[in-house]
Amino acid sequence: MAIVLEAKGLNKNFGAVTAANDINVAVEQDAVVGLIGSNGAGKTTFINMVTGYLKPSSGIITFRDRDITPLSPRQITRLGICRSFQIPQLFNTLSVYENLLVGIGIVVSGGKNWAEASHHIGTPGEAVDGMLERFRLTGYRDKLAGVLPEGIRKLLDIAMAMAVKPKILLLDEPTSGVSAEEKFALMDMVMEAVRAQKVTVLFVEHDMEIVNRYTQRVLAFYEGRIIADGLPAAVLADIEVRKYVTGEVSSAKAGGHHAAR
Amino acid sequence: MKRDPTLPILIAVSIILLAIGPILPRWAMFLINVSLCYGIVVLGMMLLMRTGVVSFGHGLYYCLGAYAAGTLDQVYKISDMAVMLIAAMIATAVVSAALGLLLRKYRDIFFAMLSLAFSMILYGLLVKTSALGSSDGFNIAATKLAGITVAGTPVERYARYALTVGFAFLAGAFMHKYLNSHMGRLALAIRDNELRVEYMGASVRNVIHVNYVISAVMAGIGGALAAIAVGHIDPEMAYWTTSGEFVFVGILSGTGNILAPFLGAFIFETIRSFAYEYSPNTWQMALGITMLVVIMFLPGGLWSLFTRGRKAA
Repeated sequence: MAIVLEAKGLNKNFGAVTAANDINVAVEQDAVVGLIGSNGAGKTTFINMVTGYLKPSSGIITFRDRDITPLSPRQITRLGICRSFQIPQLFNTLSVYENLLVGIGIVVSGGKNWAEASHHIGTPGEAVDGMLERFRLTGYRDKLAGVLPEGIRKLLDIAMAMAVKPKILLLDEPTSGVSAEEKFALMDMVMEAVRAQKVTVLFVEHDMEIVNRYTQRVLAFYEGRIIADGLPAAVLADIEVRKYVTGEVSSAKAGGHHAAR
Repeated sequence: MKRDPTLPILIAVSIILLAIGPILPRWAMFLINVSLCYGIVVLGMMLLMRTGVVSFGHGLYYCLGAYAAGTLDQVYKISDMAVMLIAAMIATAVVSAALGLLLRKYRDIFFAMLSLAFSMILYGLLVKTSALGSSDGFNIAATKLAGITVAGTPVERYARYALTVGFAFLAGAFMHKYLNSHMGRLALAIRDNELRVEYMGASVRNVIHVNYVISAVMAGIGGALAAIAVGHIDPEMAYWTTSGEFVFVGILSGTGNILAPFLGAFIFETIRSFAYEYSPNTWQMALGITMLVVIMFLPGGLWSLFTRGRKAA
């Protein structure tokens, strides 16, 4: 499988705090990768560096062998790396339909970067209706985004990221703020859409059930480093991950465990 | 989907205005003419407001348009209204494109104050320019319309009026189409959430820049038409109180529909004319009270009177 996204020797310091410490990751085409770690472990810093919001102190990020490190978020988005937000970022005074239409409109008017994508979109209106159906938002079509329930806002936020035809989708805690009953339905829908559009996905998630069920690979972050990288089952069973990320093993117990080995 | 009646109303009103022109008393014709000029300027203000920025310096372009038109007559002895309007459009487009390079980086109060500062620079320059009449300004005589001499003929007044009606129609139709296009939606999206617009791949600054230029050209057209209608221009057109009036009428009108600025401008001019007539010393108070009432009871502007009960659009 081809590598679409690669980070080489990424470092990021905020004063004395190290938010990224020699991060080396290569992500394959069509992979679904989970990013786990406690708060402040560096997951969001990593996402922010990939989308160009933060510039790494050193190291480079390549997308399809092209160095994207110096590019702005907008330029990176136009290349095909798009993100959703932990707190939904919507156009609150526009309807759900118009929220998506803005995205489709940007693609259609986007020029050569999106020429291929806009070719098989059809009319913008049809494209939006197709997306509304795929994300089961048709019932909310003409509702203003500002009055939607939180779960639907979350879904619309992800749909908006998908509207601009990404090659790589970065989801920042897609199920936070979504009720326990809704979260699997939401992830099923997102994954279905992602497979249909052949998108590589990286998502930050605290819910290990979700991580285990939807990812093929997990990156565990701790203090800016990647402490484990591999299949979900293996990573979640890793002693360091259990100690620092999922908190299943307390430090004392972990110590004992090591001693016993 | 309900049909949008905006364009048919715009066409109907334009035709009615053209038809009743010849039988209107002079004062009414002048009132409508000046209101439409104002309406065109406020139409541009509305576009900026919908993009989430407010310019407190659109008097700059109002004045620049008027002076571009007037200077042609004063200095170059060209007094064709069509040429004057083209000159106004070019001058305002060039200046706003240049100033936009700076303004596009600012938002909110900074955008407002910086635009105000630019307009006051023009005011200052004009007051000091004795060749253009300093603070007194000068009279302009637009004698021809597209090569045909109208000055001194019975249709002179009507020609000016019809020109304004025509431009108001064109400006309204253009803006209606623009607001309902992708760019129009993008403007609202920027007002709602700039961050998201950037993360969807569109440049917020470019959109603000383009919309700033469009609104400036609208102000220039309004200024040139007002200069032609009134026959006199002075630097007061660039003074901050003039810019303030545009913001005032913009808020009074509401940003929901392209007809709103014209309605707002007409009401504004009417109140001003009558208030000035009946209480020359306190006419601003009448405007102030009107504004207070509108803000208290119609926070969405006058236009919300027509959209009440309907779904917020």
